[in-house]
Formats: sequence, C-alpha cells, structure tokens
Amino acid sequence: MQVQFTVNGRAASVDVPPNTLLVHALREHLLLTGTHVGCDTSQCGACTVHVNGRAVKSCAMLAVQAQGAEVTTIEGMATPDGTMHPMQAAFKECHGLQCGFCTPGMVMSAVDLCKNHPNASEGEIRELLEGNICRCTGYQNIVRAVQVGQKAMASA
Amino acid sequence: MGASDFSKLPHIGESLKRKEDYRFLTGAGQYTDDVVLAAQSHAVFVRSPHAHAKINSINVEAAKAAPGVLGVFTGADVAADNINGLPCGWLITSTDGQPMKEPPHPILAQGKVRYVGDHVAIVVALTQQQARDAAELVEVDYDVLPAVVSVADAAAGTVAGAGLHDAAPDNHCYKWAIGDKGAVEAAFANAAHVTKLDLVNNRLIPNAMEPRAAIGSYSRANDEYTLYVSNQNPHVERLLMTAFVMGLPEHKVRVIAPDVGGGFGSKIFLYAEDVCLTWAAKKLNRNIKWVADRSESFVSDAHGRDHVSHAEMAMDKDGKFLAMRVHTDANMGAYLSTFASAVPTILYATLLAGQYTTPQIYVEVDAWFTNTAPVDAYRGAGRPEATYLLERLVSRCGWEMGLGQDEIRKRNFITSWPYQTPVALQYDVGDYHACMTQAQELADVAGFAARKAASEAKGLKRGIGYSSYIEACGIAPSNIAGALGARAGLFECGEVRVHPTGSVTVFTGSHSHGQGHETTFAQVVAARLGIPVENVDIVHGDTGRVPFGMGTYGSRSISVGGAAIMKALDKIEAKAKKIAAHLMEASDADIDFSGGEFTVRGTDKKIPFGQVALTAYVPHNYPLDKLEPGLNETAFYDPTNFTFPAGTYICEVEVDPATGSTRVDKFTAVDDFGTIINPMIVEGQVHGGLVQGIGQALMENCVYDRETGQLLTGSFMDYAMPRADDFPEFKLGHVCTPCTHNPLGTKGCGEAGAIGSPPAVINAVLDALRPLGVKEFDMPASPHRVWEAIQSAKA
Repeated sequence: MQVQFTVNGRAASVDVPPNTLLVHALREHLLLTGTHVGCDTSQCGACTVHVNGRAVKSCAMLAVQAQGAEVTTIEGMATPDGTMHPMQAAFKECHGLQCGFCTPGMVMSAVDLCKNHPNASEGEIRELLEGNICRCTGYQNIVRAVQVGQKAMASA
Repeated sequence: MGASDFSKLPHIGESLKRKEDYRFLTGAGQYTDDVVLAAQSHAVFVRSPHAHAKINSINVEAAKAAPGVLGVFTGADVAADNINGLPCGWLITSTDGQPMKEPPHPILAQGKVRYVGDHVAIVVALTQQQARDAAELVEVDYDVLPAVVSVADAAAGTVAGAGLHDAAPDNHCYKWAIGDKGAVEAAFANAAHVTKLDLVNNRLIPNAMEPRAAIGSYSRANDEYTLYVSNQNPHVERLLMTAFVMGLPEHKVRVIAPDVGGGFGSKIFLYAEDVCLTWAAKKLNRNIKWVADRSESFVSDAHGRDHVSHAEMAMDKDGKFLAMRVHTDANMGAYLSTFASAVPTILYATLLAGQYTTPQIYVEVDAWFTNTAPVDAYRGAGRPEATYLLERLVSRCGWEMGLGQDEIRKRNFITSWPYQTPVALQYDVGDYHACMTQAQELADVAGFAARKAASEAKGLKRGIGYSSYIEACGIAPSNIAGALGARAGLFECGEVRVHPTGSVTVFTGSHSHGQGHETTFAQVVAARLGIPVENVDIVHGDTGRVPFGMGTYGSRSISVGGAAIMKALDKIEAKAKKIAAHLMEASDADIDFSGGEFTVRGTDKKIPFGQVALTAYVPHNYPLDKLEPGLNETAFYDPTNFTFPAGTYICEVEVDPATGSTRVDKFTAVDDFGTIINPMIVEGQVHGGLVQGIGQALMENCVYDRETGQLLTGSFMDYAMPRADDFPEFKLGHVCTPCTHNPLGTKGCGEAGAIGSPPAVINAVLDALRPLGVKEFDMPASPHRVWEAIQSAKA
C-alpha cells in the first residue's frame, strides 16, 4: 500500500504491505534508523516518535495509519545546521545517555512531556517517563536532563 | 608514567562531556540492525517449545518450498559440515580431581532439545516476514521428557528421567571447593556464637535494550567472512568461533561489533546464532541478518545469578569473625555458556572474605545442569552473589550479637594492606572505615530514628540496611588465571597512531557499549600528549582495525585497556623525545615533555608535539641511521593483580505493612574506585549499577514453571523492569586509594552498583520487618512477597 505523509518536514511516500508497522516503514523504507525497536510488547518506548505533534510508540501503529500525518523522528530534532534541540543538548549536558539505544525514544518522550507538562516536578517527570525503559543510566541523569531541557524549552 | 604523576595531569578528574553523544542523540548511531548490506537476506530461528524433549524427526520440505526461502538448515546439516559445539572458556576441576562435565553444546539441536528456546533450525529468506512464515512450516516431532528446572530440584535429584546429557546423567557439572576445611571446622568448634543463613540469589534476565543481533557475510573473492554482531569482545568471539567451532583460519574472519546497545555481560558470549549466520552466509553466498525479538532474547540470552546457598559464620563473644563456611548450588542452565563455569567459583568464592579479617573460610560449590537457558556472567558475575550472601550474613550476625549493622562491620574491617585473604585473593589497597564514615554522614544516619518515628506515625515501617562490598576487577594475571582453568589470556592491547599533523587515533581492544570509552580514553591520551581531546579518536569493536583485544567485561576496560594505552603512550613519548632531541640538537636524556611541549632541560629551547609528529613522517631532518620514521606504537598489558574497588552502601526503605508495598526512600553509595578520570561518567556507571541491583532486590525475577520449564516471565509485560519512578535520587560519595599496580591508579566502576546494592536493600527490608517477626526473606521484595512474609510471621 502507498502511504504518503510528511517526515521531518519533507514529503515522503512508501509502498509497504498493509501490516507494516510505522517503525519498520521509518527504519527500513526511509532508512531513518535512529528510531529503535527494543521490545515486541510496546513497553520499552525506544521507538517513540511524534505523530502530529504527539509522542507515539511507532511499534504500536501501522504505517498506513500515518497517511497524511506529520511525523517527526529523532533525525528531525536538530536544526538543519546540526544544532541540537534543547532537549538533546540537555541529555548531553547531564549525561542522560550511555549506550544510546533507548535515547531517541527517551528524547522524543521528554520533549512531549515538557510540552504538555511544562512545570512537572522531579517526581512527576519520573512518573511521566513510565513508558520508556533505560537499562544503563539508572534514570537519575535522564531526570536531570529532562529538568534542564524543560527550562531550556520554556525559555526558547 | 606512573599513577601518581598521571592523576596530576591537567583534565584528569574533569567531567568532560561525551564525544560519542552527538551521534546517539541525533539518531546517527550504527547498531547492528542499522547496518544494511547488499542483497541482505533474513534469518529466523526455529526454537524448542519444550524444556526437554527427544527429537524424532524434523521435516523442512514445506519450509524450503515456501516463498522467498533461500535455505533451511538443521542439526544434521551442521553435523555434516563438522561444525563443533560452542566451547566453555574456563575449565573447573572437581574436588575429586576430575574435570567438570562438558557436554556438547551444539549450534543446532542434535537429537534433543534441553530448554525452551533451544535452537533447532535456521530459516533464511529474502525478507524477514518470509523467513517467519517459513519457520512456522518446519515440522518437528518431539517426545517430551521430564524437565528439571530449579537448581534445588537438580541438586536433590528428585525428577526421574531428567538427565540432560549423557556425559552427566545426574546433571552434576562439578563440585569445587576452596579454603582449609579442617581449620574452619576447628574454628567453629571453638566459637562463642554461630550465625546461620539460607538464601536464594534470584535468577535474572539481563535485558540490554538492544536485543542481540548479527549479520553473517561471506566474500567469494577472497574467501573471507565478516560477522557484524552486538557483542562486547569481538576478538574473543572470533577466536572462539574460528579455532574452536568452525575450524576456520582466524585471519579469514573479521568480527565487527559496531555501536552496541548495552551488554551487562550478556553479550560477552559466543552464541549459536552468531556461528549459524557465519556458516550459512557461505553456504548460501548471501549476507544474512538476524535480529532477536525481545521475546526471543528472554528465552535465549544467557541469564544471570540463580544460586541457592547455606552460610555460617563463627564468632567470638565480641562479634569478631573466626571462620565462615558456605555451600552453594549453582544453576548452569542446559549447557555451559562461554564463562559459566567461572562465575560461581573463581568469581564468587574468592570474594567471600569481603572487607573482613575472617581468618578461615571454606566454600563448596556444586554446579548443576537444568532445563533452562544457560546461565553466565551478568553485571558483577559471581561478585554480586558473594556480596549478597556475605552482607546478608554479616547484618544477621550483628542482629544476633546485639550489635548495629555498622558496628559488626567496623569490628571486622581489614585495616592494613596488602591483605592476603584465606580464599586466594590479595587486596592491594583500600580504606573501608573511610567509606563507612562518609556513607553514614551522607545518609544522615543520625537522623534515621526521627525518620523512623515519622514513618511509624503514618502506619509505615522504616528500615535501614548496610552493605560493605568488595569486588575484584580486571581478572589477572593471565598465567595465574590459566593455572586456575582459564582458557584465554586476560591482557589488553592498545595501539596509539600519531598522524603527521599531530592528531591521534587510538585502537583499543576494550569495547564500549555505553561506558563512554570514546571520551575517557581520549581524555587519557589528550592529557598525556598535551593535545586537545577533539584531536583524539578512539576506535574499538573491529578485528579488522584493532590489532587484538580481550574486550570489555568485569569492569576491566580502564584498568587493563587503559593501561595498555598508557604503555603505548610511554613508547610514543620515548621515541618522540629522541626526535625532539635531534631537532633541538640536545641529548635524549635532557628532554622533558609536558603540556604538549618538548623542552631541553636548563635551556629555553622548546618545540611542540605537532612538530615532532610531522618530523616523524617527513623525516628530512631526522636521525635515520638510529631511528625508524613514523610515530605509531602498540602495547599489550597483562596486569599483575586484580583491582579491588570497595565501598559502603546504605539504604532506607519504607514498607506499608497493609499492602507489602516497599519503597526505597534513600540510597547512599560511597565507592573507592581509585583514580577517577571522568567523574560524570563514573557516577553514571554507579547509577546504572544501582538500578540493576535495586531492581533485583525489589522487582526483577526470572520465573520458569517448575514442572514444564516454560518461561513465565518472558516479556516486559511479565518481567518487572525498573522504571524511573521506582527510585529516589541517589547520593554518591567517593574515597580514593589509588590502585598500586597499574599506571593509572584506577580500579573500575562498571559493576559496583549492581554488586553492593541488593543486600543493602534486603537488609533494610529485614530491619523494617524484624519487629513484625520476619527473619527470613528472599529477593525480590515485591509487594506480594513482602505481604506474604508479614502474614506468615503472624501465623
């Protein structure tokens, strides 16, 4: 099936079997391999992208459901000159990543979290990150990164 | 250069931001599944649905005829090509002098399957979907056999007909012991008090976030294989696969471990899938990719822990430890994985002295085969099991002797070094009292009584738990490890290549899968050479680029891999000084090098490092009669001893006795890692270790059905993975006694958190529940289990 949508600000078109998940369309057809697959039960959140401005686990959505949608992946977060989004910069500043595998999903969730909860406390941030699993960092520096990113996004 | 001079170099001890982060943060990381080779095909493995069964027949005809299928292979094809089984890298000798039982570990089942997930066939097709569909068509006729699942059942021998291997009909792999049994018994006979403890170290599933993945590739042009694989030690992978399994010449195989999404031990090992893909790539003349589903990882990755132990401590009337004896039954799973045999022996029993002066220790370990996934090293590997047992026992000693958890420890701490333990290790240096003091201050132990009262007022129980751990990192030296049964060397290799314009590429045998080597190692090189860290790149994870390497495990990277780089830098510096001496017309002996400049002692002559580098490659004004051109040095470093990180962890929990809900309210970790190069990265390692250790103590638990051997915790829906809201903010502190025998003074920090934290949590839970009569408790402290413990104490 033909799916036409906007990915990272550009028109994209993929021809995929109807049972193709959005994450596989992004990874295998558009070679946007920054979005990762960490589980098969929609638990880990490594595949989180933005669809029409909302954080979505792209393993829990068919590619065809993205017809006409605006999709943003981790590759679309930095500006064209390579300057990182304030949340990406905060993750680097706070050492909010180690192996990097959960990181794209974590950043995409964090940006959504801060848009919808600009004043979330540390405890609330921890609760709102429930949908993303990290095995390396122990979350402490991810939480710090989200706090720093939250401030940076508010002042941007 | 020695450790003392090294630690004074500029930027050592600075929290430099990581060089590798930009690619990970912008989606440019290259994990194995991100690699796409030409005309890549896809593999799916047919796995056993039974824990134990005889294979009567396998019919692959329908699968072979399915759309897109390129090949289907079974154990018969493997046998026909004389592919050996997977080797075990450590030979343990039993107390009767016999070698451990090493039954074959075939890459595809030979007549029998021995755990749910055991590999039976590989199906290769043009697309992954076609391979999946075809795998469904492979018909296997099984006769299901009785399964032995728990290590206790294996040890008791109560399941009839559950002998897994002809080589070990009683499922016994080995009986191993260390220590002076007679001396221990004599000490027990004279003890004022003996404290006893039975405990279970619960089985865990490592769950690195990147599932295992590999791509097998073969080139007819030069008869060379390439294996991309999510792995922690590509040279070891290559050595085991070529020399032991496939009988291939090593130089014809290149193993690339690109960005690897976490390992925690589970990606040390040579797995059947890696060999199958390499072998099938030539048979089909195709690039073949396989990526594990998470469910597949759950059943087929090597698991961790799974010990059942009994321990006893003999004390004098003042609580001074006189002797300890321990018996442990260890679950090996269905086959011996790469380092499985070393985990409950060399990496476990030798750590049971802990931080204490216990003069006599005797440990006996029985290892058993069961119908479960192989068990091998997982973050800490043996040392968490040792620490959990010892630190649980020590807290109980304190309670039984009427001493505080801190006091019983302080009375028994080792206070002078080097210290020879009764279980083989010799600790080089430490300061255990300093760690304890700092931990108690940071944890505000003085305020505990008030916090406990506040909890009580809310109807909650609060407890405090201590754990003073020690670990041994960077297994070494190779010759002693060899005498103990290691079938590999335990050195590391580093190559420093200075380019003509003065930038540097370092090739290291260590492998980074989250540890930040690209930053820490670059920091070491930049500090030594006095050049910007941006001018140093670290290359790892490719046998085609790195001369050799033993890889990353056992918190060895900085202390062994970093030390190899230091030795290569010593050679670079020595040669560069000769070039500088020539350029400045001075004697070699008069040249000093610091801050990136060569100077002639007693003069104002100086030239920068970059000029020497250029001269090495444009040797016009150069002592060609005495010195080769170029500035490129390789070193191998074999440590003379382990390193011994140690620390004290203090945990406070709050338990709701009505529901059993247990919350870690405070957690303090004070570690002595020796010299710290990048504190930000080191603290990140501790955070991660703590969450895996506290995760084991509070929620993680691998459960197989005891009769059928079905994995009941086979997905993230069933296996409780720690999440952000399960933890408070951790408080960390550091004590520094530099390692005395490596050139950096470092000790390693990757596993400490996972080693030290589980007993701190459970001691805190017991401290909270002891007033309710709860004296025994095994991990994990899930609400249901805590509630049950409270109810049974009432009964």
